[in-house]
Amino acid sequence: MEIFGIPWSLMLSQLLLGLVNGSFYAMMSLGLAVIFGLLNIINFAHGALFMMGAFFAWMGLNYFGINYWFALLIVPVVVGVFGILIERSMLRWLYKLDHLYGLLLTFGITLLLEGVFRSFYGVSGQPYQVPALLSGATDVGALTLPNYRAWVVVASLTVCFATWFVIERTKIGSYLRAGTENPKMVEAFGINVPVMVSLTYGFGVALAAFAGVLAAPIMQVSSLMGSNLIIVVFAVVVIGGMGSIMGSILTGLGLGVIEGFTRVFYPELSATVVFILMGIVLLIRPAGLFGKEK
Amino acid sequence: MNTVAEQKPIVDNDPKTAKKALEIRNLQAWYGESYILQDINITVNQGEVVTLLGRNGSGRTTTLRAIMGLTGARKGSIRIGGVESINLPTYKIAHLGVGYCPEERAIFSSLSTEENLLLPPSISKTEKGMSVKEIYDMFPNLAERKASPGTRLSGGEQQMLAVARILRTGAKLLLLDEISEGLAPVIVQALARMIVTLKAKGYTIVMVEQNFRFAAPLADRFYVVEHGKIVETFAASELDSKMPVLSELLGV
Repeated sequence: MEIFGIPWSLMLSQLLLGLVNGSFYAMMSLGLAVIFGLLNIINFAHGALFMMGAFFAWMGLNYFGINYWFALLIVPVVVGVFGILIERSMLRWLYKLDHLYGLLLTFGITLLLEGVFRSFYGVSGQPYQVPALLSGATDVGALTLPNYRAWVVVASLTVCFATWFVIERTKIGSYLRAGTENPKMVEAFGINVPVMVSLTYGFGVALAAFAGVLAAPIMQVSSLMGSNLIIVVFAVVVIGGMGSIMGSILTGLGLGVIEGFTRVFYPELSATVVFILMGIVLLIRPAGLFGKEK
Repeated sequence: MNTVAEQKPIVDNDPKTAKKALEIRNLQAWYGESYILQDINITVNQGEVVTLLGRNGSGRTTTLRAIMGLTGARKGSIRIGGVESINLPTYKIAHLGVGYCPEERAIFSSLSTEENLLLPPSISKTEKGMSVKEIYDMFPNLAERKASPGTRLSGGEQQMLAVARILRTGAKLLLLDEISEGLAPVIVQALARMIVTLKAKGYTIVMVEQNFRFAAPLADRFYVVEHGKIVETFAASELDSKMPVLSELLGV
């Protein structure tokens, strides 16, 4: 069976690949949106923290024998705590200033983190084995589905929608939404906003680290894996707009899929299609597809 | 179990025995470089309703914001229920039992009416605030529209919501900034009745009001603020004799 002269199975496998990339975009842009909402910080270090997540998983396995599943639980916590330290020691002083300063500081943190990992491990990628439980592939008729890639999509969508649920449907989430609108007023109600800010940054960073661990068996674990991803993720965030949680998730997934299909129909464009879309969206809806005009 | 008749707490105005809900001494406050409050001295006894009068820009709103720690630097002394709060962060000040309703109402647009109402957490272990049911009985409009986004409510409903949400928390000292501003007379009357009810329940209230006719019959005492200083203070009973001074100070 063929569509526009393209075999079905190729389409499906690119759809899956697009969903995998889209899952990473979604998790990363979700964290960026949550952080930007409450802290007003454009967290450029998100890519480096993603890389750190992948590296910690690799180090855990190679130095301490911590397997993938434990890494998936522990690494986000460790990197999240590291994020809280960054917030408490550095970011805290920038909230009253223009966004640009937060961007500059987190860019500096990115250079530092990447530099440290590069000086120890170079730029060549370290392989990370797919966990035994998820190795191999399942034949689902039209295509053979690599088990690990399917797991990545399922795991990240679960995390994304759980995050959406907590933010949009629970009491804790109502603090976060209110804090995003008017943190001073939330504090005047007796809520410890400084702690809430730290935890939110820690959570956003933990999401990046979780994505990093998920990515370790797919991408090569290298000091530059974060910067390759973060550029696209920022374009995703611009397209989706900063205003909405669901918007970040859908835009991330959608762009991953669009990128995947572009690779089928016009491979030369696949690396740039996201940026072309970004340009178009900026011209038509400067606040992004789901963003709110301020 | 309704044996306790509705008791009107008697306001104790004797300075020696009265319990002080709020005592502000030599308060100065800044916004960045601007020196806004220069010398504010206010004492509010438990159960009193006190109104701050003054022209726009005289520093009344800033006084309330300074009590909450929402201005820039502050100096002087603010004792809430006897506890010094001048060096406390905003969220701890709230836990001394203060509920703040700002002039701009600050209803959250991404929260439903009911989420707005339930947002402020309980701030006191001992004091219980009004229950959600009591609040909905007092403001039936809010019950009808509890699922709507907070900012879809009418101006009057938003104002009711802004006040209602601080009644749940156990706060006994309420700071109400211009709650009658820009509202239809029928709503203003409802708010006046609400103040009377709250006073009867033992709440202590500090109001900033532009609407003199709204504030006059409600308050026990008045302070007049001018250029960041208290320039005049008098009790409700002195109101008539003070009218000439007031009209000069406020231009009413």
